[in-house]
Amino acid sequence: MTDTDTRPAASVTESGARRTGTENLPLGKAINAGLRQAMLDDPKVLLMGEDIGPLGGVFRVTEGLIQEFGDKRVLDTPLAESGIVGTAIGLAMRGYRPVIEIQFDGFIFPAFDQITTQLARMRNRHEGGVTMPVVIRVPYGGHIGSIEHHQESPEAYFAHTPGLRVVSPSTPNDAYWMIQQAIRSDDPVLFFEPKSRYWPKGAVDFDSEPTPLHATRVVRQGSDVTVVGHGAMVTTLLEAADIAAEEGTSLEVIDIRSISPLDYGPILSSVEKTGRLIVAQEASGFVSVGSEIAATIAERAFYLLQAPVLRVSSYDTPFPPAAVETQFLPSPDRVLEAVDRALAY
Amino acid sequence: MAANSNDFSVPTVQLLAPDGTFAPNEAAEEFVPYFERLTDADHERFYREMVVIRRFDREAANLQRQGQLALWVPSHGQEAAQVGSAFATRPQDHIFPSYREHVVGKMRGLDVVDVLRMLKGLTLGGWVPEENGNFHLYTLVLASQTLHATGYAMGMQFDGATATGDPERDEAVIVYFGDGASSQGDASEALVFAASYQTPQVFFLQNNGWAISVPASRQSRTPFALRGHGFGMRSNRIDGNDVFASYAVTAKHLDDARAGRGPALIEAMTYRVGAHTTADDPTKYRLDADLADWVAKDPIVRLKAYLENRGVAQSFLDDVEQEAADFASDARKRALEVVAPDQDVIFDNVYAEANATLVEERAWFEAYEASFEEAQS
Repeated sequence: MTDTDTRPAASVTESGARRTGTENLPLGKAINAGLRQAMLDDPKVLLMGEDIGPLGGVFRVTEGLIQEFGDKRVLDTPLAESGIVGTAIGLAMRGYRPVIEIQFDGFIFPAFDQITTQLARMRNRHEGGVTMPVVIRVPYGGHIGSIEHHQESPEAYFAHTPGLRVVSPSTPNDAYWMIQQAIRSDDPVLFFEPKSRYWPKGAVDFDSEPTPLHATRVVRQGSDVTVVGHGAMVTTLLEAADIAAEEGTSLEVIDIRSISPLDYGPILSSVEKTGRLIVAQEASGFVSVGSEIAATIAERAFYLLQAPVLRVSSYDTPFPPAAVETQFLPSPDRVLEAVDRALAY
Repeated sequence: MAANSNDFSVPTVQLLAPDGTFAPNEAAEEFVPYFERLTDADHERFYREMVVIRRFDREAANLQRQGQLALWVPSHGQEAAQVGSAFATRPQDHIFPSYREHVVGKMRGLDVVDVLRMLKGLTLGGWVPEENGNFHLYTLVLASQTLHATGYAMGMQFDGATATGDPERDEAVIVYFGDGASSQGDASEALVFAASYQTPQVFFLQNNGWAISVPASRQSRTPFALRGHGFGMRSNRIDGNDVFASYAVTAKHLDDARAGRGPALIEAMTYRVGAHTTADDPTKYRLDADLADWVAKDPIVRLKAYLENRGVAQSFLDDVEQEAADFASDARKRALEVVAPDQDVIFDNVYAEANATLVEERAWFEAYEASFEEAQS
């Protein structure tokens, strides 16, 4: 049977009002609330992806949205990532603001050509004559014990591509606001969602928009060593900082939030104070976001540094079977090992 | 076609025989009413467009040989497929070309010198689609544009711009691609999305026999027209050197698309008489006899014979020759006058909103470039 959709029709619920106050939400639910708000704010916002309709996405991030907005704004597309991104480009030319869900990090590559040779360059090729307000949401990273192609960290490929913006929230509050900021951007945004952080709850303030989209943020003050990371790595860094504090070492933790462009101001200020910098990431280290930060800090803050900038990364291998992922991914202990090396220098 | 047989033949729609006789074949019957919309003046327009663009095509190749263009992409031999299908579009339609549809752009109001500017290395695009008959930019990554076209057509649908009940207002998309591009995954994905969403869209596949040096048989063992059926859309194979077939079949499918009857695929059988580009050498892979067969089916010769049989005035034919010569020499003259962009083009329009990385790089770049001026003064 291929000619009919036998699923029960989505029952469209009454569109609700803007949420207010503060609520404790998991990051996945915060993105859901942010998507909903963006769709309420702008009728040109539409969602595209695989299984994002009645199922609500494999991580349920789009749950309830097809009921509220209907199947002309929540498109359960054919199973073809290049097709999704390529048609989103055409929809953007027509004035829409498509928000795409790539089901898993490892499945973005069939769309790599449309993202890098078309989406990223379309405005430039048109000499400013078109805008490409397309957001590509990508659940990424490890720590969920899954199978091959389901735990990747491919953000560096996209950060290397001119024309794209690349961001990653680490908290529910950032997730709620950053997804709306990304959707409002007239440039294409790769929105990397740390999937191991989908479930823990955090306070979401629906009333006050925090920092701009492209701003790094100090999330824990410290004085001995600066440690920076993005996405789920921020949690690892905060755990490391707790342990270090017990041992009498003060770590300053910085959440990068925006990978491209990268806001170096707070990192430079912190290094001025600590003289030591560790960059941690779930991605492999060779030609990585961490490499870029290390190089830039070495160029700009050479005389402030008391030790070489050190990177803590996953190994330069394919993501291994999940049984050994805890040894593969940077842990608080590996961060602390680097802290010790930096302090001993 | 018998089930499970290896007979994959499909009929080819033809209205105008190679000798210029108007003789619609059986497959053409349903399209004759569309042909009948055309006036004598339209027939003459077809002829004029085809002759003019062929002359321009030769001039552009000369410009490349003289070092004025990095590359030229000839359309010699494919004029009927392009002119007929372009004439079937309406002002509100959107056209997504590949990179060889110069005459389609011209008929939509594009200045062909804009194409030359791109091939001269002065711009990556060259024109604003909305100001040039909705003729979108050329796409050099094969078949990418099939998906953009499909997404655009989905947008028309979501906007309620099709099947409005007013055919003068209904919108549709036509996308051009080729036998080589049809092997790209994006082409298949576009056909999947178009069929699934029933987009107002015509896929116009020019089967010109060759993907640079590789014959169409390497791309497909069935007529490409059959693929449309496989994806669930109406499909026809046409004689692509018959401008009337190209017009009539495209007109029918665009009308159906605008009226909400979904997408269609047209395979136009034609031939790339010239090289793929000026960097190509067809003598290394193509038989003279093959080329001669197709030259005998030339679309311009055919239409000229038709017009002559109908008693067209010699003065008309002479006028067209003169117009073609004037058009080509004007394009040449203006192509030599185009000016290079200034250095700002490097950083302009990469992003819509200020991007910190580029703001810093640009400031450094401008200071660096300016340092030479200071040194000289």
